[in-house]
Amino acid sequence: MKKTLIIALLLATVSFTYSQDIPVYEFEGFEQFLNQEGDSLYLVNFWATWCVPCVKEMPALNKLAINYSNTRLSILLVSLDMPRQIDSRVKPFIEKYNLQSKVILLDDPDFNSWIDKVHEDWGGAIPATLIYSKRNRAFYEQSFDYEELENIVQIKLNEL
Amino acid sequence: MKIVTTIFAALLFFSLQAQNGYSVGDKATDFKLKNVDGSMVSLADFNESKGFVVIFTCNHCPYVIAYEDRIIELDKKYKKLGYPVIAINPNDETIVPGDSFEGMVKRANEKGFTFPYLRDKTQEIANAYGAQRTPHVYLLNKEGDDLVVRYIGTIDDNYKDASLVTKTYLSDAIDALLEGVNPDPDFTKAIGCSIKRKS
Repeated sequence: MKKTLIIALLLATVSFTYSQDIPVYEFEGFEQFLNQEGDSLYLVNFWATWCVPCVKEMPALNKLAINYSNTRLSILLVSLDMPRQIDSRVKPFIEKYNLQSKVILLDDPDFNSWIDKVHEDWGGAIPATLIYSKRNRAFYEQSFDYEELENIVQIKLNEL
Repeated sequence: MKIVTTIFAALLFFSLQAQNGYSVGDKATDFKLKNVDGSMVSLADFNESKGFVVIFTCNHCPYVIAYEDRIIELDKKYKKLGYPVIAINPNDETIVPGDSFEGMVKRANEKGFTFPYLRDKTQEIANAYGAQRTPHVYLLNKEGDDLVVRYIGTIDDNYKDASLVTKTYLSDAIDALLEGVNPDPDFTKAIGCSIKRKS
């Protein structure tokens, strides 16, 4: 029964995929990325191409992805752009900034139903970043510069 | 040293206060802010109203733009019933130039806003209320001499498509006040554009 449900969910996810390169999820399908149980440090950043402070911190996130590519840091960039803007805005943005991390799109307008499931401290503003491992979970509703981000990540990598 | 610590603690306390702002049940402050028509608007000017739908908003945010028509409809419907919309833009125009007063005048004219659209240039009011994003709604109810916050949150559950909305949080909250009961839910969350605060 559980297997059937998972397959159904996977199929649902696939049917919501508008683009080959950037998968689109509703929250139900997306939730797995908030609860990965590997030995990595998972950084999940919520952003959008129209969000000025998100765009501003993206080079810092990308620098982190490059400098820590051989570590146990796993970065996921969750775009909240609209699916119809994938080709017109999201893909050109990825190219322009030469983003190294995986980009997915979360398209679920019933925000109130899922914001607390990401973290109960999240008021709803972006950028917002969740950093978690099997050991702990931290949520940041703020913009980062590279130094601050690296400090946090280094401490957490050492804790793994 | 002790004084420094005390001052630091006090500053920290006030900055936390400023960030937290109002909760449901708190008394809200009035203000006097410049409207797009050049006049200065206070909540005290509205003798006949039963309360206010205060919405922190701006010009550039895609979520705001998606909600503009719905905000106009809400104002048309509820102004007559005693709950007019008061829109306030607190964004720092040095961060987003399009959110300047001139930009507000332009947007209000383009869309034919039926409600005051006020400039909170010092961000004093957004800080007092604790507004974090645009659009961010504070529903105020006149109770005696006070303006009491009765709902904080989002307008409904689908910013993208008004025809797919299933939960009309804000209008349900106003309807509850019109019936003399407190809204339930009285607090919701939504993704919005962060308010661009002065550094």
